[in-house]
Amino acid sequence: MPKTSILKLEIERISILDEHGNFDEKLGAGLIPDDDLVKLYEAMSSCRYLDEVAFKLQRSGRMGTYPQNMGQEATSLAAAYVLNNDDWLVTCYRENCGLFWRGVPMESILLHWMGDERGNAMPRAHFATPIAVPIGTQMLHAAGLAWASKYRGEKQIACTFFGDGATSEGDFHEAANFAANLELPVVFCCQNNFWAISVPGKIQCSAPTVAQRGIAYGMPVMQVDGNDLFACAYAVKLAAARARDESRPTFIEMVTYRLGDHTTADDARRYRDQAEVDVWKERDPLLRTRILLERKKLWDSSKQEAMRARIEAEVTAAVARAEEIVAPAVSDVFNYTFAELSPDLEHQRDTMQTHSLASEFPAATKGH
Amino acid sequence: MANLNLVQAINLALIQEMERDERVLLLGEDVGANGGVFRVTEGLHKRFGARRVVDTPLAESGIIGTSIGLAMAGLRPIPEIQFDGFLGPAYDQICSHAARMRTRTRGANTVPLTIRVPVGGGIHAPELHSDSPETIYAHQPGLKVVMPSSPYDAKGLLISAIRDPDPVIFFEPKRIYRAYREEVPEDEYTIPIGKARVVCEGNDLTVISWGASVLQCMESIEKSSRSIELIDLRTIYPMDLDAIEASVKKTGRCVVVHEAPRTGGMGAEVAAQIMERCFLYLEAPVQRVTGFDTIMPYYKLELNYMPDAARISGAIDAALSY
Repeated sequence: MPKTSILKLEIERISILDEHGNFDEKLGAGLIPDDDLVKLYEAMSSCRYLDEVAFKLQRSGRMGTYPQNMGQEATSLAAAYVLNNDDWLVTCYRENCGLFWRGVPMESILLHWMGDERGNAMPRAHFATPIAVPIGTQMLHAAGLAWASKYRGEKQIACTFFGDGATSEGDFHEAANFAANLELPVVFCCQNNFWAISVPGKIQCSAPTVAQRGIAYGMPVMQVDGNDLFACAYAVKLAAARARDESRPTFIEMVTYRLGDHTTADDARRYRDQAEVDVWKERDPLLRTRILLERKKLWDSSKQEAMRARIEAEVTAAVARAEEIVAPAVSDVFNYTFAELSPDLEHQRDTMQTHSLASEFPAATKGH
Repeated sequence: MANLNLVQAINLALIQEMERDERVLLLGEDVGANGGVFRVTEGLHKRFGARRVVDTPLAESGIIGTSIGLAMAGLRPIPEIQFDGFLGPAYDQICSHAARMRTRTRGANTVPLTIRVPVGGGIHAPELHSDSPETIYAHQPGLKVVMPSSPYDAKGLLISAIRDPDPVIFFEPKRIYRAYREEVPEDEYTIPIGKARVVCEGNDLTVISWGASVLQCMESIEKSSRSIELIDLRTIYPMDLDAIEASVKKTGRCVVVHEAPRTGGMGAEVAAQIMERCFLYLEAPVQRVTGFDTIMPYYKLELNYMPDAARISGAIDAALSY
């Protein structure tokens, strides 16, 4: 038998609004109406300003470790924008912009990073899972949430976000495999931001694209410019329709860049060149969106100034609300361990600040 | 009433809960057409279809991780992990997510999930098919850990586990899957999680155990001329401390028996609780009869590892003659 080629692969890359503000009418027309575009730009700007404020809060001891979202605002925002409001948004911790669009209050995110679990108590109306710290684990939850929807015969889908580093985790591969083989309506959005703390993408994946990892699981894949709101919206819209109508998953690699440190506990100058960061600063999703808005005569510097004032007031008020929330009752350490506490847990709770054998167990002092 | 072994009792509980509650579904490796490698889910695939009895890819973390998503969406998944030794790959999902979700979201998200796992040695199985990891999960806050020792208890405890609003690991002692039959009511009933059972009453010494070891304890007690009380904890976490306290205050002597390794095993916790609650009632140090701090041996030597009636009798005699 002669040698034959049994598989040829091709991956589409989507770019609609490039870093110079060039816009592809063919793919982008009608995707985001002008009114919405203004709102999306404001949402990204607001999220960016929160990053600045959060950084200062951490540095001045008013907040714990915080991961800035800077540079990656477009990815999750585009998804939240095109998804239905009752589609699950299953994120990790760099998707503030999408969560805010969904309606999660800014003070919830602040409260979470201020060390208060109540920040993670997402009301069901937001269909957002809590911030997931262990890398890559949440993709399986997305598969399960999507599975539940399919089980019930509903049209709800799940869209999950994770980084390039997370695709090294076994759970990513299990989630992709479950979703593809069990035909679950999941949209996998990989934010390839080039850095997993200090480890560059090439140590996570030696293939030329992260997207092709999805091909191995038999699902359609795409690569998009992750700093392009339109490209992200285009891809998620397509993937969401496939999930909803055909109950099939899609893998989208969103190529973006982490402009800030990994978290406030990190100093990226230790391991990456400023020249690389400078290149990506030019590709900032906010800059190109503003160029487009100005070209469309939807924006100008006076609007920018007015927005800045609004955003400052909005973020300042959110910080004030978060800081006004008094620390949880000490008994809350116990109260959510189970729906109902065992007698022993109640006992631990009620005596957590004291230890007196005699008063705890009076019977123990009486011999026979 | 029907005369059922432990496998049949669990099978019956699964059928009844699936009929009662559309939210209940089974998933795992080989649970479908094959009915599970121990046949615990026999007939369920045919009865309830592939939608509710789902063969998954071979990936334990995937099985538990997707179950967490199913549970967060309001369903009642019952994943099966095929053997005790394969819980390890799912440890992260169990302990980093299932156990913590209620706490980390202050009750906004919960994970009502029952993880079924055949447990323990004694069936001449290969490596990693005979381990007793209950302590590892009992030590993780946010999990309940159950291990029945009889068909009757298995049915009632499993129904409680399925209806529980929090994650439960339901360990099934595979050595006694088909060891004996007993009368199991056809009607549904529950046995509360966290309540021990007094298997037989006595005044001279208390033996505390769970899972398959309960049968070795009974064998030892039957040979003794003394009045010995046997407590089957049934739930390993949360432990029925009141039952332990009441019995040991009555008898003043205690032997704890489990198959899991000794150091840091739940026997140590039982002993510590007895020290705190019953110190001045004790007539002898609490004795432990356990597996050893070794890797569970391959099957030629497994019976040397597991507590048997002779070792238990030795500990009983030591405590009685102290």
